[in-house]
Amino acid sequence: MLSVSLRHGFPGFTLDAAFEAPGGVTALFGRSGSGKTTIVNAVAGLLRPDRGRIVIGGRVLMDSATGAFLPPHKRRIGYVFQEARLFPHLTVRQNLTYGARFAPRGAQGPTLDHVVDLLGIGRLLDRRPALLSGGEKARVAIGRALLSRPELLILDEPLAALDDRRRAAILPYLERLQGETAIPILYISHVIAEVARLANTLVLIDAGRVTRTGPLEDLLSDPATAALLDSDEVGAVLPGRVAGHEGDGLTRIASPAGDLLVPGLAAPVGYPVRVRIRAAEVIVSLVPPQDSSALNVLPATVSRIEGDGPMVLVQLRLPGGAALLARITRRSVAALGLAPGTACHATIKSAGLVQGGTEGQGESP
Amino acid sequence: MLEAAADWLGPNGATALALSLKVSFWATLCSLPPGILCAVALARGRFPGRGLLNGLVHMPLILPPVVTGYLLLIIFGRRGWAGAWLEENLGIVFAFDWTGAALAAAVMGFPLMVRAIRLAVEAVDPRLEAAAATLGASRLAVFATVTLPLILPGIIAGAVLAFAKAMGEFGATITFVSNIPGQTQTLPTAIYTALQVPGREGAVARLVLVSFAVAMLALALSEWLSRLVARRIAGR
Repeated sequence: MLSVSLRHGFPGFTLDAAFEAPGGVTALFGRSGSGKTTIVNAVAGLLRPDRGRIVIGGRVLMDSATGAFLPPHKRRIGYVFQEARLFPHLTVRQNLTYGARFAPRGAQGPTLDHVVDLLGIGRLLDRRPALLSGGEKARVAIGRALLSRPELLILDEPLAALDDRRRAAILPYLERLQGETAIPILYISHVIAEVARLANTLVLIDAGRVTRTGPLEDLLSDPATAALLDSDEVGAVLPGRVAGHEGDGLTRIASPAGDLLVPGLAAPVGYPVRVRIRAAEVIVSLVPPQDSSALNVLPATVSRIEGDGPMVLVQLRLPGGAALLARITRRSVAALGLAPGTACHATIKSAGLVQGGTEGQGESP
Repeated sequence: MLEAAADWLGPNGATALALSLKVSFWATLCSLPPGILCAVALARGRFPGRGLLNGLVHMPLILPPVVTGYLLLIIFGRRGWAGAWLEENLGIVFAFDWTGAALAAAVMGFPLMVRAIRLAVEAVDPRLEAAAATLGASRLAVFATVTLPLILPGIIAGAVLAFAKAMGEFGATITFVSNIPGQTQTLPTAIYTALQVPGREGAVARLVLVSFAVAMLALALSEWLSRLVARRIAGR
């Protein structure tokens, strides 16, 4: 459990943020320049905020009221920087083992072999950072932070410098990381797809302030959150499990709201996944669609309608308690007579299902 | 072979060369720790008196060498306040001894050494040091494991500059410790002495050749070392 509250003034910018990270992956999400990195720098001790208090698992890292300030090397926070920051004069192996010698005796953590295997960097051990690709550097940086036996891991947009293909290649490593280590993670990102895939808790940051915070699924299916995101990013996340692979290449995913079919998912049966459903991919109808090409139709109840323009966001409550968001026209709302309480059906285009990742083991909010 | 070289140079010349090498070696070695400290302090430090320290370090570069030598004589001579104290308490004597020549050479080479190392320190990315700190390294450990290895090429360059300066130092040395064959007579002062006597052009030419050879050797050695270190750091 990490508890952060800080205030720091820069010329022309004031950071005033407070939030709690209950464990698992907590994503700090916001636009570039919103103050995310400043917040984690304060958590890591690289910045001394004007005022504030940071506590991790009962250990006070800093408290301006008492003047307590633990220097970075005593905080035991593994920090994966945006630019990897590998030591150029050391081999990959030496980079990886750098932090272990400074860890207190008896500190728990994964072994070198485990981390090398987890991140798939066995081939790189004797190389120098100068010869690594961006994706390899990012993985080594993550391994180096993990092996310093941290009590908290900070990942500051570790994938930002990578192209989409490399990013897609590393995300599974991050998912495994989250599943296989019990270390709480602060994950900074401005890419909602990454956040939706990895995080349990979401902290939305805008202009140096925390605008909303809560469990990821609740926040992403809340129309009020949607106002803070770009419109094509808006969409809910449903948790589920792989129920089976059908003969025609589709995968059946069991969710509390009902079964969903998605194409091209390789995960084994029983594997926990998340399905991200963009609001623009959801069609609302009063009766189940007949003779339609859509495969995924879930029964739902309208719970909220928000928005001023010609397009509005409809929150649809699903059986099992989860919710979806649908972006439809105001004209359709009027034509269908939608209002809170209206029973309806949500049709999700197959293509609108975005493959999700694992949930933290038992750490789901 | 050494004997042949000594015969060729003449007894005074050989002694001067040996003394010059000894003086320059110790001058360089002993100024490395304070040189690194000053370079780091000037590159990174934010403390009162930083400007004063910067000025002091550069003083020998700006002052006429004879003035520096005179100041050394006043401070570190037998009756100088530091010289007297050192002789009484530690048994170290600088006046008219090879140690004094080394001190003069060290002081004269110090600004060159500090400048070279300081440039290297300023080129080190502080973000790497911050990364080391988050991995649990104390400030001292960060310096030893990240900063120091990264500034090694600068340290080598600074040391070579200081060594070359020490081999060639004349004004401060002759003012501070005079020009006593076998005690304080280095290559440059030996050349100077030989020049004063008519008919010794041959000895002068030989000493000049030796000076030239030593300088070229030092340069080649430093080039080789720097390339080795740079390759190690860049990881190629």
